[in-house]
Amino acid sequence: MSGLEIFFLVVAVVTLVAALLVVTTPNLVHAALWLILALFGVAATFVLLNATFLAVVQVVVYIGAIAVLMIFAIMLTRRVMKDSGPQTNSNWVWAALLGLALFGGLTFVLLHSDAAGVSLPALSAHADPLAQLGQELVSPNAYVIPFELASVLLLAAMIGAIVVAWKN
Amino acid sequence: MISLSWYLIFAAALFSIGLYGVLARKNAIAILMGIELMLNAVNINLVAFWRYGDLARIAGQAFAVIVFAVAAAEVAVGLALVISIYRRRNTVAAEEIDLMKW
Repeated sequence: MSGLEIFFLVVAVVTLVAALLVVTTPNLVHAALWLILALFGVAATFVLLNATFLAVVQVVVYIGAIAVLMIFAIMLTRRVMKDSGPQTNSNWVWAALLGLALFGGLTFVLLHSDAAGVSLPALSAHADPLAQLGQELVSPNAYVIPFELASVLLLAAMIGAIVVAWKN
Repeated sequence: MISLSWYLIFAAALFSIGLYGVLARKNAIAILMGIELMLNAVNINLVAFWRYGDLARIAGQAFAVIVFAVAAAEVAVGLALVISIYRRRNTVAAEEIDLMKW
């Protein structure tokens, strides 16, 4: 086993354990902190996949904004949910079975596909994925319309969030 | 070499855990956390397919950027709704928010 493989396995195990704790911990503040660890694990996976820009965005946007926003919301609404009582509804057994079935099915399909045999293409030294991403996101021949739509969506969501959370 | 299927199985496990969280949790904020886990699993898949596919095409990373934006929008609106419901009805449990349930 190479060092990268061991690093990937460590990252994967830490991320999955943190994700399991996110969905099972009764204390929601702790769940949010485990969510931050899981998001860090995903950022490390992006680094392993040579998507360094996405790793930085993951840390800045997901951990810096989304997770902190969640912690704020949890603390604002904390009084109504007791941290000790059961935090799952009556269907949790079915939910667990469905999750296990989905994971089993996906793993079965993946192990019988040819994904294991795909070779890793070498990153050429002169090609810069970040410059390519930046150009294609604003290029009329590539992804400028989804990019602008995402911008409008974010603006609309921001205004909508302010209106919805406005007092009265 | 880390095989592509390792990443895909890892993402499948993360997605399944997120699905369990969405279906089983009572608290609406915890449900949003499950959705975040699922979106992250999707992003891992997109970036892994970019890395193992044709590197001249950047579609995987571009889609991942769009997913980031959609996740931020979703969590902003979702948490605003949760706080608004908390103000009006003093609950954040998803099963108690059943005014529109037939």
